[in-house]
Amino acid sequence: MGKKIGIEVSLAISEAAKQANVDVVAAYPITPQTHIVEKLAEMVANGELDAEYIPVESEHSAMSACLGSSATGARTFTATAGQGLELMHEVLYVASAMRLPIVMAVANRALSAPLNVWGDQSDMMAVRDTGWIQVICENGQEALDSTMFAFRIAEDKRVLLPVMVHCDGFYLTHVVEPIEMLEQEKVDKFLPPFVYPLPLNVEKPVTMGAFAPPIIYSETRKAQEVVLRNSKDVILEVWDEFAKIFGRKYHAIEKYRIEGAKTVLLTLGSFGETAMVAVDNLRAQGKDVGLLKLRLWRPFPFEELKEAVKDIENLIVVDRCLSTGGPGGPAYSEVRSALYGEPVKPRIYGYVGGLGGRDVMVSEFENLLKQVEEKVKTGSPQEFELFGVRG
Amino acid sequence: MKSDAEMTWQDFEIGCIVTEPGSARAYRTGDWRSSAPRYHFEYCIKCGNCALYCPEGCIRPNAEGHYEADLYHCKGCGICTHECPTGVIYMVEEEE
Repeated sequence: MGKKIGIEVSLAISEAAKQANVDVVAAYPITPQTHIVEKLAEMVANGELDAEYIPVESEHSAMSACLGSSATGARTFTATAGQGLELMHEVLYVASAMRLPIVMAVANRALSAPLNVWGDQSDMMAVRDTGWIQVICENGQEALDSTMFAFRIAEDKRVLLPVMVHCDGFYLTHVVEPIEMLEQEKVDKFLPPFVYPLPLNVEKPVTMGAFAPPIIYSETRKAQEVVLRNSKDVILEVWDEFAKIFGRKYHAIEKYRIEGAKTVLLTLGSFGETAMVAVDNLRAQGKDVGLLKLRLWRPFPFEELKEAVKDIENLIVVDRCLSTGGPGGPAYSEVRSALYGEPVKPRIYGYVGGLGGRDVMVSEFENLLKQVEEKVKTGSPQEFELFGVRG
Repeated sequence: MKSDAEMTWQDFEIGCIVTEPGSARAYRTGDWRSSAPRYHFEYCIKCGNCALYCPEGCIRPNAEGHYEADLYHCKGCGICTHECPTGVIYMVEEEE
């Protein structure tokens, strides 16, 4: 078993990248991601990590440098947050379409304006259509493990897609947690060397990112859609392998006390830790409540969701992002859409809260569960609402 | 090799990487043209100015050494007519 130490979650992510023996890190520091790349820069500077650290002038350049580096077959890592993720937005599409297995940690942060550097999932939701695999972490251990398995998933020959590892800014990144570190010999067993099948190579020239006129563009998109959708099988396989080597098993949707549960919360990321306590409290009062935690955001785990909610009467999706003027939080609208065609499905209620680093307490999750019981009794429409907002 | 119109989504290399160098040459940019260059070669002094300015790089000396556009790639922009110092080149509209 790996040594359990108290470590800041950002530094644990840097440690995972180091243990994965990355060749290139190209990154621009931005709150709340800064400690991750600061630590990696330090590791490269003091000789602890044999890699190129490319200090760039913006996130757009960071991701562009990552493209070039990954295209040569170098294992490439970066990290960003909030506005930084938005600034590299267009390059994200290029990374996935060119099938470059870059791994990026995202310290989820709110988007301006007004300027807000705190934890929020607006940034990760704004990039959900960029073709990346997106994995969400709930605590520090998951952040460390996810960074490691992200390389294995990304570089699998059947996948070759970039992966984002999402950690709520400050709630995870700046917290010191007891984390079981990974033993290097197990990492080496788990993560084979990266071999890109068609790298940039002067001996064997190739063209990457060539243009595609209307007669061929739709076919390129279909190819990308199929590979991202099919990557789920590989992701599940990698999680099995990870469990065999490191002893921790991950699922596309984690279940917490849903045996016999009628009303169930569905959360993404660090909300899950707080919601577990709320579920425990209400269970102690004899309420039939439970919790589902969505780990895999892209590819979306349709089958796992359908299986997880099959015996549930009321589902409460809690988003930390508002789709302004739209159907509520992104997770709420996607979950509703995924279950729309099911002959038997739970009532689905949506709540948006905790925006821009507003803390959501155990009592608030308890309130949501109680409110929904009332809504069911009164037959209120299955809509979304913002919670914890004054006025 | 299949033409673009015959390619299915299963036919691409990973990331749509093109493994054949210089294959862009096969793309008929001449299809974009609405007018084509014609020549009074008797005035051509073989200076090659038109070839230097051609954005498509499709002008080369013919058997007589006169500079002439390859119509498979010529997009019909007409820059060569402006750059020719002796007025050899003129554009004519092409019908479908």
